[in-house]
Amino acid sequence: MVDKLNDDIGEEKRLQLWEMMLKLRLVEKKAYDLFLQNLIKGTSHLALGQEAIAGAFGVALKKGDYTFCTYRGHAHTLARGSSIEGVLGELMGRQCGLMKGKGGSMHLTDVDKGVMGSYAIIGAHLTIANGTALASKYNKTNEVSVCFFGDGTTNIGAFHEALNMAKIWNLPIVFVCENNLYMEYTPIHEVTAVEHPAADRAGAYDLDKIIVDGNDADEMLRTAEKAISKAREGKGPSLIEAKTYRHSGHSRADPGKYRPDEEVKDWMENKDPIKNYRSKLLDFNINEKIISEIEEKIKDQVEKATEISMASPIPEIKEIYTDVWANGGSEWHN
Amino acid sequence: MAQLTYRASVSLAIAQSMRKDQKVFFIGEDVGAAGGVFKATVGLLEEFGKERVMDAPISEQAILGAAMGAAMTGLRPIAEIMFSDFLAVCWDIVANQIAKTRYMSDGQINIPLVIRTANGGGSKFGAQHSQSLENWSMMIPGLKVVAPSCPSDVLGLMDSAVKDPDPVIFYEHKSLYAFKEEIEQTDLSIPIGEANTLHEGKDITIIGLALMAQRAKDAALILKDKHDINAKVIDLRSLVPLDLHTIKKSVIETGHVMTVEENPRLCGWGAEISSLISEHCFKNLKGPVTRVTTPHVPLPSADILEDNTIPSVELIVNEVIKKLKGE
Repeated sequence: MVDKLNDDIGEEKRLQLWEMMLKLRLVEKKAYDLFLQNLIKGTSHLALGQEAIAGAFGVALKKGDYTFCTYRGHAHTLARGSSIEGVLGELMGRQCGLMKGKGGSMHLTDVDKGVMGSYAIIGAHLTIANGTALASKYNKTNEVSVCFFGDGTTNIGAFHEALNMAKIWNLPIVFVCENNLYMEYTPIHEVTAVEHPAADRAGAYDLDKIIVDGNDADEMLRTAEKAISKAREGKGPSLIEAKTYRHSGHSRADPGKYRPDEEVKDWMENKDPIKNYRSKLLDFNINEKIISEIEEKIKDQVEKATEISMASPIPEIKEIYTDVWANGGSEWHN
Repeated sequence: MAQLTYRASVSLAIAQSMRKDQKVFFIGEDVGAAGGVFKATVGLLEEFGKERVMDAPISEQAILGAAMGAAMTGLRPIAEIMFSDFLAVCWDIVANQIAKTRYMSDGQINIPLVIRTANGGGSKFGAQHSQSLENWSMMIPGLKVVAPSCPSDVLGLMDSAVKDPDPVIFYEHKSLYAFKEEIEQTDLSIPIGEANTLHEGKDITIIGLALMAQRAKDAALILKDKHDINAKVIDLRSLVPLDLHTIKKSVIETGHVMTVEENPRLCGWGAEISSLISEHCFKNLKGPVTRVTTPHVPLPSADILEDNTIPSVELIVNEVIKKLKGE
């Protein structure tokens, strides 16, 4: 049962979170449809089922804060307020895309929104996120950097280098491990020395062991707000391990058959963050009409953004030669 | 007029950049309290303090990652990788992240950083602390590649590298740290992408970089004194951007070209330059471009082995005579 009298989150923020998560879910579903229609080429890594983590941070962060995510980053980009057509347009290789087709699904970047890039080589962005955090400290400003990554990342060297550096320099950063139980096609526990791939390593860097149900949007929001406040107050880095599950395979090419049917069914039916949050909103006596109106609004936004993306022109071929250098060009000799 | 070593010019160049711009900071292993393993950063910690001169753990990925992230926000970090060989352990950050992020982001992100590193042989350190790796970075779109051959170039090119809005890899040559030069004015700025002529001549064009440029100059002096050959020696100073204009102008005059490279032969920078010359100056050539390089072997350690692996002044002299006189 919910404790309505001691509600630390409140209706306004809950509805904000609901709208955010729905947007992430419906855009990912639309991305999948567009793949099936062959309007999106290349690969794509959907975050279906993991929306509560990016969603909670999207609600908790302020303008000016920096986020870094992985190739599974459509949701994290949208969560900072990037436009749906900017994301879908990039996936479709259109001029309305965030990077006009230069980066694609795995590299979504929107600096105006604090989206400092999506990184497709495991581990690298933890070290880079330290850099924006270092800049905030150096400039004595109070932005927070947040870095999202998967469970598989905890076994690469850069993870350990980054945590150590963040701790010794007391950087304003939050590392968020989205443990969806599988490192690509392999169960994470089969290839990791400890039970909790991120949290069990926290002690090695004098960090608290934080494990949260990443599919419980309220808990996720509380955890995010606490870690962000700590960083903003100059009290240093946090490492959060959020347990979650992806509803689809690792990437477009993967049907995810290596996962037991019962396990998938349990997560889809009983632990879906969006389905469960809808029930929770009703438990908090939020009017179902309001909840449904938000659903309709988001559906409409996604459809409109899809139309804009499909109508947007493809990039001009001359774009191949632009923006290698800060002068806008690609020349390397006189 | 003061005599300055290449080593002292490094710390002076960094200090001058840091004095001019509060956005410049310096990060590396053993760079602060220890003054650098080559003593090329002595005095910086004392002048600028721990906030701007940061001693980092042995974490090359974390060092370059932090430098990159800071640069993304508009700061201008100078990061040291102690030996260029160690670039291999952070090559992802260099080649995948620093080099490509501007392009992939459609120009949303600039990365104005300098990676300084001690490069090259001559110290008998063996195959993992002596490599000449400038060609590694040359082949990655998005990286500028600078390699100064003398103290004044260290000063002038560092100034430009720090001000450059793009990432610059700054290869300092270990065997040049003791090299001295009379310098009147230390606050120099030399544009990146302008080659320098170290010796004038119209019989042959010898193209070198860093230590090899100095050896080519020494060879040119011998060729002039003892063999009546006038060699033009071009010190490229940077591989990217490349001063093709200066190369072409000289090749049109001489018709004979030799590159002198410290990197192992395969895919060394001279191969690209040779290709450009045949493309742009084919009609002017009187013979094939000659490439003098380190052979395609890892660098050995013992005196006699290392000395006979890296191109020497004597080898350059002999190769020029062979080329021009068929001897």
